[in-house]
Amino acid sequence: MCLGVPGKIIELYEANGLPMGKIDFGGVTREACLAYVPEAQIGDYTVIHVGFALHLISEAEAQETLDLLQQIADMDENEAVNGA
Amino acid sequence: MKHLSEYRDAHLVKGVIHEIHRIVTRPWVIMEICGGQTHAIMRHGLDQLLPEQIELVHGPGCPVCVTSLELIDKALEIAALPQVIFTSYGDMLRVPGSQSDLFSVRAAGGDVRVVYSPLDAIQIARQNPDKQVAFFAIGFETTAPANAMSVLQAQSLGLHNFSVLVSHVRVPPAMHAVLGSPANRVQGFLAAGHVCAVMGFWEYPPIADQYQVPIVVTGFEPLDIVQGLHLTVRQLEDRRHQVENAYARVVTRAGNLPAQKVIDRVFETCDQKWRGIGMIAGSGWRLRPAFREFDAEARFDVAKVQTQESPICIAGQILQGLKKPHDCPAFGNPCRPEHPLGATMVSSEGACAAYYRYGR
Repeated sequence: MCLGVPGKIIELYEANGLPMGKIDFGGVTREACLAYVPEAQIGDYTVIHVGFALHLISEAEAQETLDLLQQIADMDENEAVNGA
Repeated sequence: MKHLSEYRDAHLVKGVIHEIHRIVTRPWVIMEICGGQTHAIMRHGLDQLLPEQIELVHGPGCPVCVTSLELIDKALEIAALPQVIFTSYGDMLRVPGSQSDLFSVRAAGGDVRVVYSPLDAIQIARQNPDKQVAFFAIGFETTAPANAMSVLQAQSLGLHNFSVLVSHVRVPPAMHAVLGSPANRVQGFLAAGHVCAVMGFWEYPPIADQYQVPIVVTGFEPLDIVQGLHLTVRQLEDRRHQVENAYARVVTRAGNLPAQKVIDRVFETCDQKWRGIGMIAGSGWRLRPAFREFDAEARFDVAKVQTQESPICIAGQILQGLKKPHDCPAFGNPCRPEHPLGATMVSSEGACAAYYRYGR
């Protein structure tokens, strides 16, 4: 139930007094409530859970994590090549 | 899909798993709290790639599994009432109550509808002013902001035919319950990433200190999970017990402050009964008295229900990491996803369902 799906905000609007957005999940679009991410802009990525954006996704943090994990994987490969 | 496919990169996953093999020197027991992570681990076969010293036990983070039998029975009673449209997240429909489940109530003529979001239930209430619409507001901290917002929406739209049957549970008190048990075997935790997206992880350092266990905030994709395990194993091997964040693209220490504010406005802390586990002090949220008019338990007269659990099912011990699904004499026969004896066999987050589905 705590499944959250990342998606891209492609439209911002209001409905029944709530800030809403259209979210693109890799080609499929759905509506979500953006009340909890007031700083959201079109083009931002966010995690959607039961129709609500839980948090914006930080591009900088995402890149930092991936760089770190790439280093671990490369280290592993070098060890394999060197026979360590 | 950005922010998804990168975290399913087999090369990177293998690299991190290799690193875990390199650093591990002795047996460790690690609990993933969240049932969503249990299923991801089984689906991607991560448990089979880990060093044999690492034992994963599966935590109570399955809201469908821990929602108390009393509340399920109340839901069944409300759903069977004429003039009621009972709305729920889909996972709840097959959960066995004492005698029945929501599917059976629907088959017998009850108006039971699956909604994706609680705002859909609000929409149904607006479209059906002559009916009472009840929403089964269950879940952990992740779901609470949505459930709380539905109550505020009902209030601001002046909806008098909408109510919520609330059964909210919180992760930190459950961690205390697991770690405080004399039978506890858990030495490290993967904390549930989306719970922390809402609540942050400022509640966890005192737990890590008190029980001397590392806690690593972890996401849901294979790379997130192996990195969470890697950081946990590294701490265990170094004899450290800190709170680390392996899901920093989504989780901050403070969490989502606007969401926490709305949760606090609508809900207050209460003792909560967890199915199979029992009462855990301060582990739940209920509606504040100011929102009593939206409380389904007050609106419908269902105060007294007689509950009866399956005598065979060991879901409670599984949810506490004390036993594995195989330890249950009913696992696979007669207990199967289509005929579950306990809630852990039902949900897309239940440990028994994961073992059954992925052939463990």
